[in-house]
Amino acid sequence: MNTALNEETAPEDLQAHLSRYGAVPYRGRTSTLIPDLEASGLTGRGGAAFPVHRKLAAVARAKGTRKVAVANGAESEPASRKDELLLRIAPHLVLDGLQLAAEAVGATEAHLYLHAAPGPQILRALAERTAQGVDRLPVTITQAPPRFLAGQETALINRLGGGPALPAFQPPRVSERGLGGAPTLVQNAETLAHLALIARYGPRWFRAVGTPEEPGSMLTTLYRARVRTEIHEVAIGTPLRALLGDGPQAQAWLVGGYHGTWLPLPQARELTLDHASLRTFGAAPGAGVLAALPADRCGLAETARITTYLAAESAGQCGPCLNGLPRIAAALTELAAGRANLQTRANLERWSGLVTGRGACHHPDGTVRFVRSALKVFAPEIDRHARGQCAATSREPFLPLPDRAPASEQDWI
Amino acid sequence: MAGTLRVNPIACTGHGVCAELLPELIAVDEWGYPLIDPRPVPGALERGARRAVSACPALALRIARIEEPARSG
Repeated sequence: MNTALNEETAPEDLQAHLSRYGAVPYRGRTSTLIPDLEASGLTGRGGAAFPVHRKLAAVARAKGTRKVAVANGAESEPASRKDELLLRIAPHLVLDGLQLAAEAVGATEAHLYLHAAPGPQILRALAERTAQGVDRLPVTITQAPPRFLAGQETALINRLGGGPALPAFQPPRVSERGLGGAPTLVQNAETLAHLALIARYGPRWFRAVGTPEEPGSMLTTLYRARVRTEIHEVAIGTPLRALLGDGPQAQAWLVGGYHGTWLPLPQARELTLDHASLRTFGAAPGAGVLAALPADRCGLAETARITTYLAAESAGQCGPCLNGLPRIAAALTELAAGRANLQTRANLERWSGLVTGRGACHHPDGTVRFVRSALKVFAPEIDRHARGQCAATSREPFLPLPDRAPASEQDWI
Repeated sequence: MAGTLRVNPIACTGHGVCAELLPELIAVDEWGYPLIDPRPVPGALERGARRAVSACPALALRIARIEEPARSG
């Protein structure tokens, strides 16, 4: 399976949605969906790939008269566009999933967390569902600030609670104590769409694609040379070269986005889009951002530019991240500009080690994974830059970044 | 009770008191933030560890019981 989603697709209205997929299959009791989810093998599609049934089971068995279910549509990775597109062209699928997940855990509240003001498609979809009595729980929409970490689970809880969208340190699991202390289920928007389909068609249907260990499909955001960005639904286990091509026009692949991993070509050309395969290169599918860096661009310049952004996106709460990431970004900028000295690479190695595992969230670890993979994959370029050369013929940035890099405290709200 | 030292990196402001009191288990990085030995606190250092915990001006240091599960993502 490799299906390009058409961005021009008009959103399906509730009538068309229900006639295509059938009624929302409420079970009438909590927990009965959870064994089906376990049998399906569905994992979270927000990046961490945590088994969905385990999160639901934890909230379902947690004690509390108030429980919360949240659809997380705030993909803060600037290169990922799949949740935004899904919510635009198939809002009812995500909203079905939210209601079904809410029922399965016994939630008393449902929330939708978005990285932008809700589009007309979502507002219309919610109005249709209310008018026709499809939803069991009203859905509250909260807008995330445009920050990289705003979609992180504890940041989401802080934001829904009315505070800034900042990550928290080793909180009790949100499944036990989340929003306002209530057991809380947080699932990515795409994950809920899969859940809504599994609730209708069952685990065997879901397992018809994918690998036995990693079943199903996933949405990917694809960046290739001279082609506009595309969102594809693909089977897990699809060869990367079927998605990215492996001709001479690409010099390296990036998988998993800006907390992801650069892969060398041609060494990585046999890899497939699943954990088992990508693990051999220390990589993971993440939220499905895949890029083929064109041969005419500088991988070091791209990495320096993205890392500078990531450093600015540190929440600034933890000393090692606050101090380390800007230094790492500056050193990479020196490398890319051919101004590095003998100390630069040693500094990069030391700072990378110093920030890893020392943040409240995974931001320093993810950033270092990205940087270290670049140092490995673009090692020949580093040597060339040290001699004042660069193989790139184009200076045009390839990987996308937000137009405006917010930096004030207010931007977390 | 066996335990390991844990720092809350958000609360920690890099005073460095812990590293002064317990250099056997805590060093500081080049920015002044603690680097903590992740192994269980040996019995002989338990008193020192408790002293470092109570001396932290930011209340950022604690002794975590070993069986405490690590946070999942």
